[in-house]
Amino acid sequence: MRRLTQFSTALGLFAIAAMAYAGPPVEGAMEKQATNWHAIIMFCIFVALTMGITYWASSRTKSTADFYTAGGGITGFQNGMAIAGDYMSAATLLGLTAMVYTQGYDGYIYMLAFFAGWPIILFLMAERLRNLGQFTFSDITAYRLDQGKVRTMAAISSLTVVCFYLIAQMVGAGQLIKLLFGLEYNVAIFAVGILMMVYVTFGGMVATTWVQIIKAGMLLCGGTLVMVLAFSHFGFSFQTLLEQATAVHKLGPKLMYPGSLLADPVTAISLGLGLMFGTAGLPHILMRFFTVTDAKAARKSVLVASGLVAYFFNVIFIMGLCGIIIVGQNPDFFEAGQVGGKLIGGGNMVAMHLSSAVGGNMLLGFLAAVAFATILAVVSGLALAGASAISHDLYARVIKKGQATEAAEIRVSRIATICLGFVAIFLGILFEKQNIAFMVGLAFGVAAAANFPVLILSMYWRGLTTRGALFGGYGGLVSAVLFVLFSKSVWVDVLGNPAALFPYTQPALFAMPIAFLLAYIFSKTDTSVRAGKEIEAFEDQYVRAQTGFGAAGASKH
Amino acid sequence: MSSAMYERMRANPKFQELVTRRGRYAWTLAFIVLSMFYGFVMVVAFNPVALGQPVSEGSMWTVGVVVELFMFVFFWVLTALYVRRANSEFDALTQEIVKEAWKENK
Repeated sequence: MRRLTQFSTALGLFAIAAMAYAGPPVEGAMEKQATNWHAIIMFCIFVALTMGITYWASSRTKSTADFYTAGGGITGFQNGMAIAGDYMSAATLLGLTAMVYTQGYDGYIYMLAFFAGWPIILFLMAERLRNLGQFTFSDITAYRLDQGKVRTMAAISSLTVVCFYLIAQMVGAGQLIKLLFGLEYNVAIFAVGILMMVYVTFGGMVATTWVQIIKAGMLLCGGTLVMVLAFSHFGFSFQTLLEQATAVHKLGPKLMYPGSLLADPVTAISLGLGLMFGTAGLPHILMRFFTVTDAKAARKSVLVASGLVAYFFNVIFIMGLCGIIIVGQNPDFFEAGQVGGKLIGGGNMVAMHLSSAVGGNMLLGFLAAVAFATILAVVSGLALAGASAISHDLYARVIKKGQATEAAEIRVSRIATICLGFVAIFLGILFEKQNIAFMVGLAFGVAAAANFPVLILSMYWRGLTTRGALFGGYGGLVSAVLFVLFSKSVWVDVLGNPAALFPYTQPALFAMPIAFLLAYIFSKTDTSVRAGKEIEAFEDQYVRAQTGFGAAGASKH
Repeated sequence: MSSAMYERMRANPKFQELVTRRGRYAWTLAFIVLSMFYGFVMVVAFNPVALGQPVSEGSMWTVGVVVELFMFVFFWVLTALYVRRANSEFDALTQEIVKEAWKENK
């Protein structure tokens, strides 16, 4: 019966995909493009393939462990690919290429900051995460603390991060499909939201992981191909490329200097902190550490993931620089043929135009399909992380106090996924005009301030008590969100107020110390009996963190 | 039962050895990464002009690009070093500790 519903849903989705090219033209839209059949065919192949996987995965998704963590049976290499896939979102491909295109070297600094968190995660967190956690990172923060209160806190901050990140992905999806299919933005957003719901509700983590792996492979191949073709225009000489790029770019020689994005020291440091420790606080990335058999595989997955991420960031850097000359000097890519004016499809479309310039419609089609697949995959990962915060943390552990049956828990997570799908659609429509790489930066800032401090303290500091964790977690969350709300990007640009209340755009430098400080003060002053027991319980947790003895799933596989 | 196991593992001198050796290695590597990265961020923040200088006369390679590229490669090499040592030496030691705790259990 379930398979039947599933099939009919899948059919419905094909109908939506079909609408994508048969749909009505957008009224007077300048961005409307000639229908790109290559892109549509390749995208349909991707959707068909991933639907097939979802169908196969649904038959293997029976227990909660299957649903949340693919039964812990993903290998280190596969998981590394999936982590890289989760991490290299459409915002990375589109947003960072665009950032290099407009800001030059600043984009490269951004990328190093995105990357530098990985070694730290490996050295200080990966094995402890795997050894202590089961399904969500709240398993670790709540390990020896008050389950109900700490999990509620962790779930709320997870959901906040997931929502911020979803905005970036959905906006990217809408713009991309609008450009490619001439579809209305809102319709595109709905298509992404609904496809995601199908992957996650039916296939759980098994399907989400495989969608992610396939997409990571496609992204790496597609990106590399575009980079090689574009770079060949300059004889593969970085010297020639930069000479030409600085000659034509409006920043001139300043292109290769740290510039306006990092104009003041506070922003630069805050961004560095936010991106580095934000990575270590993203719920959908942390969740991936529970899909592997043991700490050994967890480490290997970080090695694979960080290698792929580092490689791909350098590919993007070269793509962005090539774009300055190949896209930036070609009137075909500008509205009304005005070089230096507005790019067709918006600022984030540099990578797409570049692929079309160097490889024609075929390559554009492929890269567009990849970008769309990327969005789908990342959105699915996010939705799964959000849904597990709701079902595993809030429903099963807080509301039902661990008494929920597995079937009920899975059912709740499916319902949660569908709700999150609609939230994503709503937010995507609301934030249509925002720069997407920037939105990702905000998600990282909140993750760094709300999730990371309590998580790292719970693993390393025996003195952490429930009271400290709650004050630290909520303090970090509230301050990060308020800093973002009062900054120029929301207070002025979205809400239309005349001046920002908080002068910086990046919250991490201010919100992270608040979280750590509150956690410290309120743990230290906590003299309750329970606090004493919690501190005592650190000893056993510590041995398990170090040895992995008693870790979830370790014996079954 | 498992609490007793943890107790025995903690009492094993090998456990202390594991914790010290792995901890020292991990924190040293983390310190290298953090100090290089935040050193770089400080240069971005306080002396951005230095990063825009060419590495040699007439070259378009700037100091900033070379330094960053080096960090991308170097950080990844550090992760590889850690994974190699952790997956062989530290894991072997961990298994010994667990095995010895089981033996005492019987």
